[in-house]
Amino acid sequence: MKPFSELLDRLLYAPARTSKLALLEDYFRSVPDPDRGFGLAAIAGTLSLRVAKSGVIRELVAERTDPELFHWSYDFVGDLAETAALMWPEQQAGRDWPHLSEVVVAMDELPRGQLTRQIASWLDTLDATGRWALLKLATGSLRVGASAGLARAALARYGGVEPALVEEAWYATAPPYLDLFAWLDGRMPRPEIAHVPVFRPLMLAHPLDDEQASKLDLAEYSAEWKWDGIRVQVVAVRGHVRLYSRTGDDVGPAFPEVVERVRFEGVLDGELLVAREGEVASFNDLQQRLNRKAVTPAMLQDYPALVRLYDILFDGEEDLRGLPFLERRERLEAFVARERPEGMDLSPLIPDTGLDELDRMRRSAREGGTVEGLMLKRKDSLYVPGRPKGLWWKWKRDAHLVDCVLMYAQRGHGKRSSYYSDYTFGAWQDGPDGEELVPVGKAYAGYTDEELKLLDRWIRDHTIERFGPVRAVEPRLVFEVAFDSIHPSSRHKSGVAMRFPRIARIRWDKPAAEADRLATLVDLMG
Amino acid sequence: MHPERWVQVRPEGLYVVPGDFYVDPVRPVDRAVITHGHSDHCRGGHGAMLATEATLAIAAARLGEGMAPSRQAAAYGETIRVGEVDVTLYPAGHVLGSAQVLMEHQGGRIVVSGDYKRRADPTCTGFEPVPCDVFVTEATFGLPVFRHPPIEEELRRLLHSIELFPERCHVVGAYTLGKAQRLIVELRRAGWDRPIYVHGALAAMNELYRGFGVELGELRPATAGAKGEPRRELEGAVVIAPPSAIADRWARRLPDPVICQASGWMRVKQRAKQGGIELPLVISDHADWDELLQTLDEVGAPRVWITHGREEALQYAARKRGYGAEALRLVGYDEEGS
Ligand SMILES: [Zn+2]
Ligand SMILES: [Zn+2]
Repeated sequence: MKPFSELLDRLLYAPARTSKLALLEDYFRSVPDPDRGFGLAAIAGTLSLRVAKSGVIRELVAERTDPELFHWSYDFVGDLAETAALMWPEQQAGRDWPHLSEVVVAMDELPRGQLTRQIASWLDTLDATGRWALLKLATGSLRVGASAGLARAALARYGGVEPALVEEAWYATAPPYLDLFAWLDGRMPRPEIAHVPVFRPLMLAHPLDDEQASKLDLAEYSAEWKWDGIRVQVVAVRGHVRLYSRTGDDVGPAFPEVVERVRFEGVLDGELLVAREGEVASFNDLQQRLNRKAVTPAMLQDYPALVRLYDILFDGEEDLRGLPFLERRERLEAFVARERPEGMDLSPLIPDTGLDELDRMRRSAREGGTVEGLMLKRKDSLYVPGRPKGLWWKWKRDAHLVDCVLMYAQRGHGKRSSYYSDYTFGAWQDGPDGEELVPVGKAYAGYTDEELKLLDRWIRDHTIERFGPVRAVEPRLVFEVAFDSIHPSSRHKSGVAMRFPRIARIRWDKPAAEADRLATLVDLMG
Repeated sequence: MHPERWVQVRPEGLYVVPGDFYVDPVRPVDRAVITHGHSDHCRGGHGAMLATEATLAIAAARLGEGMAPSRQAAAYGETIRVGEVDVTLYPAGHVLGSAQVLMEHQGGRIVVSGDYKRRADPTCTGFEPVPCDVFVTEATFGLPVFRHPPIEEELRRLLHSIELFPERCHVVGAYTLGKAQRLIVELRRAGWDRPIYVHGALAAMNELYRGFGVELGELRPATAGAKGEPRRELEGAVVIAPPSAIADRWARRLPDPVICQASGWMRVKQRAKQGGIELPLVISDHADWDELLQTLDEVGAPRVWITHGREEALQYAARKRGYGAEALRLVGYDEEGS
């Protein structure tokens, strides 16, 4: 537990990716199995622990500390687990710390009543950092600014192997990753992935701006539409089918009809859309299917899914990623002609044409429509995982801009947790008592650290009400909000939902009364 | 005679009526007794100053030789009559020369702790509990969340980090007086025998400590060398600088610095994150919560007056232990604790 808690503590403060990688690598090097594998899983978010509620912390604190002193302390520290960890009565040194693996196993096996006792007795053996890590782990609120991707990059560094090799092997193994480490340590071959439906790291595109576009040699590129759905990788190996999102999560359970109809073997890259009789519906329709726990027959009926294919990585067991794009495209067309996959079709290529025509097509991509712009892929590009330079470009239609008024601010997470960095903004509409603001969106990106500090100050100075981590502010500050598209939404009071809203500029100068009205936003839906 | 009668809180600070002097006044006064050399306790412009020899030397180095026309040095344990009060200084263990002030008048004994700590510190004499009727204590870390880990443990983390990032430079923010020198000596004890690089603002205090017999090993200026060019010799080195410098442009000239801060506040994650600290080191020259309570018990004064810091929690805890505890609303001291 000690090396793990020290790792978490340092990751929390390490600002640079390279530092985090070095810290993780050091952890893998100095901690034995199976602890390091569980540590890895905890950081990568693959450790599915039965977590305790934060009520457990309160219960323990009430037993061991004075309520008045706890109150003052919590007020000062601001985080429940941390407060408890810091003020927990320190025991005499010399007692052995539990191993991380012991903690993980016990958390899984002990009945709830005993678990609370067990946590208390662990707390008695640890130091403040150890107690903090334990409580964060036990309550499932471990956030130290390290992702699964970062952890895998660190594994690649540790083993001195290509990151893509780790990415693939990752999906064929599970915590505590004994076989993965055995491979990286050179004791065993790489975990077998040929017969496992593993996620293959995706090739991603760079955004293209107009200036860069004018410099491209278009003859080298193949153009196609950029569909407004979600990127998926269909993996079918020996009867196992997975539908991976671009982050490697299996979204198959939410789209059972796609998974059930797969009869082929291979790995395909495409866009998940909702389509009725070949007619693609807007992203808003797809939204109805996302993040739903249960899939009802009515949903299958009303929002049928389609996978629009644009690349092939494996045909059967044959790895095609080493072929140039145009050759893969031929293989994809042949694959579709041969397998006739149900519920899938081909994303058409746009015939070679000039820059002006492409630009016109990109701009014509309509609001509320089904495409967000164009993709330009080098004809000779191999399928390279990650975001290689100069091979694939996404050329989006222009973002929309509206002026909205800041209504609520919430504390951020991780690095930004000390600032009010998540913002809800609104547009004006007629209310019973004259003009009123209705919330139209939320954003937490698009400003510099400097602006973040200024905003934070402004928010603290203009708070009119507080609800937990949220502050309502005076309706006086205008944000210029950029977003990709806007859709009708029954889940929002305003009736509209923005896609990818971000704060383009803070209009310190603009009077709030001059911000946009809801009607303006509704018009943008076209 | 009741202590309230002969000790008063005034805008200038804590005033001792029968001796006609102030302890650590925050404004210029005729006669001052100074506990230690930190700037919030030791200011210039007083007519006469009574303190330990080291504190007077520190004051002169910080404020110039003209800081007080009349100066009197007292050794620890030596009693000096000021007006109708017997004043004796006892070690406070905070920084070099730091003292508690025992004041005796008509059979009553009051001790003003100044800032103090209970951990061993090789750069100064350790705290000595002095029995008294009223103990005036600081409360900088007056919350149970503050418990300083052993300094060896914190230095182990620093040295491990240096091993882990050999091409980076570790710059540690530490107060110019006391913390910096303690850190240097403790690093030496932990086996760090390479030159330690120091910010220019530390030079005077380092020399002064050396003059009082504190061995600091080889120190080199951290700022010398070509302007704007990070110095190769600072890779893998330890640099010590005032806290204000580590977040500054000054630190950015160092080779890929790991920003560290040595302070009791580093115990709270939010504090460290807000300061942009990459490696917080919980090292303090103040008593932590357990030590504040332990000190009350050892001193055994029936009445406790609490000065700067988080008074309410300590007052509450002291009362629960049966002491008559009051918060003394003294203004002008650095709540952050120097
Ligand atoms: Zn002080
Ligand atoms: Zn001090």
